[in-house]
Amino acid sequence: MNKVQNNKAWFMVLPVLVIVALNAVVPLMTVVNYSVQDTFGNNVFFFEGTRWFSEVLASERFHGALGRQFSLTATILAIEIPLGVAIALAMPRSGFWASVCLVLMALPLLIPWNVVGAMWNIYALPDIGLLGYGLNWLGISYDYTQQPLAAWFTVILMDVWHWTSLVVLLAYAGLQSIDENYYRAAQIDGASRWAVFRYIQLPKMKHVLTIAILLRFMDSFMIYTEPFVLTGGGPGNSTTVLSIDLVKAALGEFNLGIASAMSIIYFLMTLLVCWLFYTITMQGEKS
Amino acid sequence: MLELMNVSKRVGNQDHIRDVSLRFDKGSLNVLLGPTLSGKTSLMRLMAGLDKPTSGDIHFNGESVVGMPVQKRNVAMVYQQFINYPAMSVYENIASPMRVAGVDGETIDRKVREAAALMKLSEFLDRTPLNLSGGQQQRTALARALVKGADLVLLDEPLANLDYKLREELRVELPKIFAETGAVFVYATTEPHEALLLGGKTAALSEGRVSQFGSTIDVYNRPADLITAQTFSDPPMNIVPMTKSGAAFAFGGVSVAVSGELAGLADGAYKVAIRPHHLMLHAPSGETLAQETRVSTTEITGSESFIHVETEGLRWVALTHGVHRVEVGDKVPVYLDPRSFFVFDQQDRLVAAPSQDGLPHEDLASASAGHG
Repeated sequence: MNKVQNNKAWFMVLPVLVIVALNAVVPLMTVVNYSVQDTFGNNVFFFEGTRWFSEVLASERFHGALGRQFSLTATILAIEIPLGVAIALAMPRSGFWASVCLVLMALPLLIPWNVVGAMWNIYALPDIGLLGYGLNWLGISYDYTQQPLAAWFTVILMDVWHWTSLVVLLAYAGLQSIDENYYRAAQIDGASRWAVFRYIQLPKMKHVLTIAILLRFMDSFMIYTEPFVLTGGGPGNSTTVLSIDLVKAALGEFNLGIASAMSIIYFLMTLLVCWLFYTITMQGEKS
Repeated sequence: MLELMNVSKRVGNQDHIRDVSLRFDKGSLNVLLGPTLSGKTSLMRLMAGLDKPTSGDIHFNGESVVGMPVQKRNVAMVYQQFINYPAMSVYENIASPMRVAGVDGETIDRKVREAAALMKLSEFLDRTPLNLSGGQQQRTALARALVKGADLVLLDEPLANLDYKLREELRVELPKIFAETGAVFVYATTEPHEALLLGGKTAALSEGRVSQFGSTIDVYNRPADLITAQTFSDPPMNIVPMTKSGAAFAFGGVSVAVSGELAGLADGAYKVAIRPHHLMLHAPSGETLAQETRVSTTEITGSESFIHVETEGLRWVALTHGVHRVEVGDKVPVYLDPRSFFVFDQQDRLVAAPSQDGLPHEDLASASAGHG
């Protein structure tokens, strides 16, 4: 049978294409445009090829920001994923307290980033903040405006406080979908608590955890507000992660070529890591 | 041998199981028959040791097992849902109970391959359950129960989620496969014809009570009370309130002459139950009571037709074989044959059942119950 060509269908898709073009492709192309050209104003552009890309990729500053970015993201994931799963496991499966827990868990997710930033900023101030003052009173020297480690600790604490709930909710949803008879079957088999987790709960949570890791990776890889509100990337450049560095280059120094090249590298990197992670996790699903 | 003695289970203020006493012999096949929520699963969980009875005692081979943790009881259970370890291969799934028990690798390998061959899973051993069809997933669960060599095998509606053909196949194979293990075999189902096909003994359950326990055919032929008769009938039995006086049963001003066991009953009011395939649309030979009815629904499956009718505020259903063409709203006469009467007294106890040699001819062709 011959395939029927329906050219009218294109008209139906056209509005979507126009919207996507205007809000995604055109802005992205502007960045691409800047990344291969140089300008001295007056709309006069010179083609520079891959110069900005090689400069970015070779710069110490970029390496530093990238390293900090990966360490921050890795730390955040290493804390939030196990902690989220642990909390989800500890939550009651049904009843009044299950609802209470869910509402409590959802609360942090409703608070805007800069509010979380401001909140913890004040809370952790060494002279008037309860946390900062308390820690110093206990004899632990803590001042995020001076100590890089303290600044890191505070940024991670903020993110964990803000976003562990998301992992909890996803993991909880995954756990709720497990039929009670799985637990019965395991009990009859004489499986240990660990075996139940390892062979029933974890595999059953695989898909939601994949999504949780992807979401938390992307989000924390693009983290901006928390370090910005806390110290603006300092002390020194200790919390200057990729996004903060990018904004500094683009808006602080108005280095459009460098900033555009950085944007594209940043974007491709996020995409690549997500793709790699997803492909590896989902491998073996269809064997 | 598994023995339940006056077992009750209360959860909150609900009675899940009420005063159940049963005795299942070693190597026997026992069916728990009852509608949804009749307590089949609750009873199985008590037998397995997943739950503790509120009162009463459970003995296995003469010893009380109440309070003994389920891991120590050597029980295998298969559920309506296909329960397998999702990340393990079929091989590892089947091997899992033996791994927990610490069986040596060589024995495990031999038993897994044996069970897989029996359940027709040999070519799928390397796959994970999610890459199998529903039937194969359930066969994996069954193989796992089989290799365990359990003393008590509990199957909780294991075939309910399978397609028709697979059910037929497994239903025939399962009792044979498990009979060889010598275990006490308990099979829960909602379907009367499944109980009949499995044979063995049947415990009819309703609202947490065992209304009758005995050989499956006996329970079917002589249900002790109306509730058992209803549990063992799908579609439900047709209830006809009748009055007996002398040698005749009367309904709606019409009476029919009866003989034998029925004639010997004391005069008075009775509830007469008639199986759907005994409610006839054509007059059979012999004395019958004809009743004018109105057709309310018809369901035609091809090999048989269900004709739902209404009369005198009662709803009946007639099962006839083949395609029977009647329109909704049609007036049709139905014929009640005294030879097919199950007669219950006002306390719902059976006082007379059809004798097995004098049944109306239509039941020979009945597809639903196999044996009438």
